[in-house]
Amino acid sequence: MKKVYTTAAEALDGLLFDGMQIAAGGFGLCGIPELLIAAIRDAGTKDLTVASNNAGVDDFGLGLLLQTRQVKKMISSYVGENAEFMRQYLSGELELEFNPQGTLAERMRAGGAGIPGFYTKTGVGTVIAEGKEVKEFDGEDYILERGIVADLAIVKAWKADDTGNLVFRKTARNFNPPAAMCGKICVAEVEEIVPRGSLDPDKIHLPGIYVHRLIQGDHEKRIEQRTIREA
Amino acid sequence: MWDRNQMAARAAQELEDGMYVNLGIGIPTLVANYVGDKDITLQSENGMLGMGPFPTENEIDPDLINAGKQTITELARTSYFDSATSFGMIRGGKIAAAILGAMEVAENGDLANWMIPGKLVKGMGGAMDLVAGVGRVVVVMDHTNKHGDSKVLRECTLPLTGKGVVDRIITNLGVLDVVEGGLKIVECADGVTEDELRNATEATIV
Repeated sequence: MKKVYTTAAEALDGLLFDGMQIAAGGFGLCGIPELLIAAIRDAGTKDLTVASNNAGVDDFGLGLLLQTRQVKKMISSYVGENAEFMRQYLSGELELEFNPQGTLAERMRAGGAGIPGFYTKTGVGTVIAEGKEVKEFDGEDYILERGIVADLAIVKAWKADDTGNLVFRKTARNFNPPAAMCGKICVAEVEEIVPRGSLDPDKIHLPGIYVHRLIQGDHEKRIEQRTIREA
Repeated sequence: MWDRNQMAARAAQELEDGMYVNLGIGIPTLVANYVGDKDITLQSENGMLGMGPFPTENEIDPDLINAGKQTITELARTSYFDSATSFGMIRGGKIAAAILGAMEVAENGDLANWMIPGKLVKGMGGAMDLVAGVGRVVVVMDHTNKHGDSKVLRECTLPLTGKGVVDRIITNLGVLDVVEGGLKIVECADGVTEDELRNATEATIV
């Protein structure tokens, strides 16, 4: 069982095909799989459907795949930081499916957990509910949402061991565990791969069963809003 | 009339000792400055309970941001979790209150704060989950838009974030509760008369 690869391109070898669906971890630019995104850009895979909470910024993160027109459709909750995204969407070049943030997270979690659909009260009575089954439970309306099973999940963690057990750091965890879970195959990039046995088994955030391939690399970790207080 | 900080201070009075609370972007963020001695735990829906203040230059950490993508700090009580867990606690009703901004609120508690058709397409983020799930929804916003039109309406004109979800509205002119049949005036802002508040409100006041 070899999970550790040398480069992002090598880790993605044989996994990419035109028209595929990819689930990506990250919130804003925090905890995004920046090396794998760049490698998908370099591979030139087209007509992608990407499920990711955000779409990066113009020149970083998933914005790189928008620049090169590799994305056919985004499934996201918030895309306000990306001007190129707005331009492509408003001109009809890019499809967009807005999902409430919690619904998107749960769609990934459910898809990975063998649950094809679930009922939620999020979005009842809004445009999000249009065309979806409504069911009443205990006097309250809920809408049916589908689990997501992606062809490939790309995630970013802080540390891993060579069996793919992952540890995240602070709010960089965000969508990474549910995205990893919903992938038929999951490739993770981490800041450090540590020897087997050096991670506390009680402190593993995502068990290695969800992670099939793994790379270590240097991350830019760009900050979107640098807010500070006086010391 | 209240300014932004006075509105935030009034909104902070909604919070009780021991509450877990989610604050939206804009004026709601300022509410944290006015909680005083109350033991309040702030949730950031990107995966954190116990949100601390902005960092000093030396404390900046790219792995530690709030839902507005701003750099923040952690506290002794802080815990981190993934997005599915985060929205589990939101939909599950574990978060006592959310204080949010709005574009429009209607007298039946309908809220619109995520989209202007043909104009602004940014997305709802976590707002739909929050208003559907948390115990109490308090809206903080200006009473009128920049053209002087009321934002407190009989019916929302913009796409909804949630239907019948708002409990209380705090504006620069006063405080209103959503009740059976319309809105009830709870209090007027400093220097604002009840007539002035009524005149600036399109919604039915009962």
